[in-house]
Amino acid sequence: MPSHANNAQPLLRLSEFCVSFDGNVVVDSLSLTVNAGETLAIVGESGSGKSVSALGAINLLPDNAKVSGQRWLEETDLNQLGKRDWNDIRGNQVGFIFQEPMTSLNPLHRIGKQIGETLRLHQGLSGQAARTRAKALLEQVKLPRPDELLDAWPHQLSGGQRQRVMIAMAIANNPALLIADEPTTALDVTVQQEILALLKELRDHHGMGVLFISHDLNLVRRHADRICVMYQGKIQETGSVADVFNNPQSDYTKALIAAEPEGRPAEPADTTPLLTTRQLSVSFKRPRTGLFQRQPPAFEALKATDLTIAPGETLGIVGESGSGKTTLASAVMRLVASQGEVILGNATLSQLSGDTLRRQRHRLQMVFQDPYGALSPRMPVFDIVSEGLQFHYPNLTNAEVTERVHRTLREVGLPESCAARYPHEFSGGQRQRIAVARAIILEPELLVLDEPTSALDRTVQKQLVTLLRELQARRQLSYLFISHDLAVVRAMAHRIMVLKDGDVIEQGDCLEVLAAPQHPYTKALIEAAHLH
Amino acid sequence: MIFISSRLSPITLRRLAAFKANRRARASLWLFGVLFIVSLFAELIANDKPLVMKYDGQWYIPLLVDYPETEFGGFLPTRTDYLDPFVQQQISDHGWALWPIIPYSYQTLDMLMTRPSPAPPDRRHWLGTDDQGRDVLARVIYGFRLSVAFALALTAGSLVLGVVAGGVQGYFGGKVDLIGQRITEIWSGLPVLFLLIILASFVQPGFWWLLGIMLLFSWLGLVDIVRAEFLRARNLEYVRAAKAMGLPSRLIMWRHVLPNAMVATLTFIPFLFTGAIGTLTALDFLGFGLPPGAPSLGELAAQGKNNLHAPWLGITAFMTLAIMLSLLVFIGEGLRDAFDPRHVKQQQPPAQETKHA
Repeated sequence: MPSHANNAQPLLRLSEFCVSFDGNVVVDSLSLTVNAGETLAIVGESGSGKSVSALGAINLLPDNAKVSGQRWLEETDLNQLGKRDWNDIRGNQVGFIFQEPMTSLNPLHRIGKQIGETLRLHQGLSGQAARTRAKALLEQVKLPRPDELLDAWPHQLSGGQRQRVMIAMAIANNPALLIADEPTTALDVTVQQEILALLKELRDHHGMGVLFISHDLNLVRRHADRICVMYQGKIQETGSVADVFNNPQSDYTKALIAAEPEGRPAEPADTTPLLTTRQLSVSFKRPRTGLFQRQPPAFEALKATDLTIAPGETLGIVGESGSGKTTLASAVMRLVASQGEVILGNATLSQLSGDTLRRQRHRLQMVFQDPYGALSPRMPVFDIVSEGLQFHYPNLTNAEVTERVHRTLREVGLPESCAARYPHEFSGGQRQRIAVARAIILEPELLVLDEPTSALDRTVQKQLVTLLRELQARRQLSYLFISHDLAVVRAMAHRIMVLKDGDVIEQGDCLEVLAAPQHPYTKALIEAAHLH
Repeated sequence: MIFISSRLSPITLRRLAAFKANRRARASLWLFGVLFIVSLFAELIANDKPLVMKYDGQWYIPLLVDYPETEFGGFLPTRTDYLDPFVQQQISDHGWALWPIIPYSYQTLDMLMTRPSPAPPDRRHWLGTDDQGRDVLARVIYGFRLSVAFALALTAGSLVLGVVAGGVQGYFGGKVDLIGQRITEIWSGLPVLFLLIILASFVQPGFWWLLGIMLLFSWLGLVDIVRAEFLRARNLEYVRAAKAMGLPSRLIMWRHVLPNAMVATLTFIPFLFTGAIGTLTALDFLGFGLPPGAPSLGELAAQGKNNLHAPWLGITAFMTLAIMLSLLVFIGEGLRDAFDPRHVKQQQPPAQETKHA
C-alpha cells in the first residue's frame, strides 16, 4: 500500500472536537489527523457519529448543531472562518462525495453544466474552457464517451457512473482533502471495487488526503492506510490498518472484527420438496412510446425459473440490484402477476385466487428488507404481531392471542413488555425481530426473506442470522433467502442460485458454488465480496 | 388524560403537541368552539318566547310547549304572541317570566318599532334591525349556527364520498383508477352553479336540497389527494406485509392505508369547511340559496348591499363572515403545520428525529 505517511504533512487536524444537537452530545472529544497522500478511514456502526464528525469539520451541519474544539486545515484555523471563507474552502480545498449518487446530482441540469459550476465558482472558468476541463475530468474518472456524457442528463447514467461524476466534481479544483462519506454503499459490489480503485488512483496522482467514512470493515481493510474506530461518538481506537485488524485493543473493535457472520445451517432431514416452481416467470408491459406506435415487447423481469426447496432447507438467491431477486420473491408469494406454477406442499398456489388464496397465505410468510418501512408506525407491536393471527384464527380468545404473541416475542428474543410499545422505540435489529415474529406467529412452512439483513449493522446481522438458523432448526422452516451479501448467504443457505438480468446463471450447493464458481459473473461477485 | 395519551400513537401525540404550541391556532379553535357551542343553544339566547314563566301559580315552559292565548286571558285560541303588550301586561300582573337575553327570534318582526326599518342599533336591537324589522343580532346567531351546521354536514359527507372514491382508485390502481379518474374528470366539469339555478326554478331549495346538490360535487376535491396517498401507501412494505399475511383488501385499506392517507385529508378539511360556508353564503347572496326567512348570512349581506344607507347590515354581515372564516383558516394553518414533519422537526431535538426518519 503506497503510504506517504512518512513525510507526513498534516492536512486536517481535529482535536477535542465535539458536536452536540440541542444538548445531546453526538461526537465527544474526537481527535484525528489526516495527512497528505493517505487515506484515513472512520469506521463505526450507524449512529456512531462518523458522518456528523466529517460534516461538522467543514461546517455543513444544520444551525442547531453546536461545534466546539480545534479544527485546522493545513495552516488555516477553521474556527476563525466567516461564511464567505467557508464557501471558498468547500469544493476548492475540500472535496466531498456523498453516499447517495441518485440524489446528489441535480436532475434538471446536464452533467457538463454541473461540473462547470464548481469550475466557474472557484477557478473562474467559463464557456469552452470549462467544457474542456470538465471533459478532462470525466476522462480522469474513466467515464466512457466523455463528449456525449457532458450533455447527458443525470437520469441517463447508472449509479456507478453518477458516483464517478460526483468524484469528478469533487476533484475538479484539485482539493487537498477529499471527504468520501460512504461513497459506495448504494452501489453493487462489483461497481464498488471499481470506484474505490479509482479513488485510490486519484489520491496517489494528486497527493490528496482522503477521509473515508464507512461501516464496512472489509472495504476499509483493503482501501485505507489508517483506521479510526468510532462508537457512540467516541474514538475507540486509532492506528494503522494492520495494527487494528491484527491486534485490536478495545473490546468494541474486537467485536466489530469478529462480527462476520459465520457458521452453517443445520442439514434438512427431509428431501421431498415443500416448494416447487415450474417455469415461473414475470414480465411487465412497457408503455407505448406514442399513440400509434406498436406496443414494445414486455420487459422480462424474471425468466422461466424452476426451483425446489425442501422442508428445513434454505435456498439463497444471490444477485446484484435489478437482477430479479425481489421479483422472484414476490412471484413466489403471489404478490405480483406471474406465469408458471407455484406449488406449496399439496396446494398449487398459482391456480388459487381471492379468498382461497388468502386462506393459504399463513403457510408462507415474508420478511422485508427495510425494518423502518415494514412496520406500520401507527400500531403498537402487539397489534402488528397479532393481526394475521386474529384474521386467520378468529376463534382464538383474547387470552390465547396474548399468550401466543408473548410466546412468539420471547422466541425471537424480545421481552414481552415490548408488546405495548410502538415501532419507533426500537432499533433496526429489534424491528427486524418484530417482523420475524409477525411472520412466524402464523406458523408458516416457508419464510421468504428479502434482504432481511442488508439494512443492519454487522454485529446485528450476525445475531439475526443466528436467530433465523435457530428458528429453522426448531420449526423445520424452509427459507427462500435473498441477499446480495455473500458472507450472509454463506452463513444461511444450503443451496444457492445466482441471478443476473432475470436469468438463473448458476445454481448448486452453497459451499461448492462459492469455492468453485463456474460462471464468470459468479466469479466476479465472489471476488468482489472478499470472503474469508 | 394519561389513559387517553397511552391510547394515542406517539405520532399523534407529537402532532397534538405541535398544534398546542401554535397559540393562534389554539386560541382560534377555542374561540370557534365556544361560539359554535353557544350558537347551538341559540333558542335560549335569542327567542321571542320566555324560557319559563309562572302564571297564576302555574309553571309554563313556552320555549318547548305552544300555549293558546286563551291561557293568559286572551280572546283567540291561537299561539300566544308573548311580545304582544296585552299578553306582557297579563304576565306581569299574574306572575313573572324569564326571558332570553335577546327577546327576538330570527324571524320575529318587531311590531312596536318607533322608527322605520331598517333601524340603526340601539338598546332595543343591539345590532339594529333589517329592512323587515327583524333583529339583526338574532339572525346572526341563528345564521352562524346554520352555516356551521351546513358546512359540517357537507364536509362530513364529502369526506366519506371522497375517501371511498379516492381510496378505491388509488389502492386498486390500473383500470379501476383509469376509469374512475375519467369519470371524476367529467363529473367535475359539470357546472354546479347552473344546476342550482335550474333547481331553484322548479323546487324551493331548502337546507337538505342544497346540501344534496353541493354534496354531489364537493367530494371531487378530496379524490385526488386521497388517491395519491393510497397510490403511495399501497407499495409500502407494511402494506405488502399485510397482503402477504392474507388480509382482505378492505381490512388493509382500513387499518394500514387509511390512517396514513388521513394526514393529507385532515389538513384539507378546514379549507373544505370554509369553502362550504363561502358557497352557501354566496348562493344566499345571489338569491338561489335557502328559502326566504331562513337566517342566512348571505341574505344579510344582500340586504346590506341593497340598503347602503343602513351600514350596520353590511358591516355586521362582513364582520361575522370575516371572523368566522379567519378563525377557520387559522385552525387550518395550525393543523397543516402540526401534520408537517419538517415543522415538527424545528421544535424537537433533531438527533431524535433522524432516528425515526
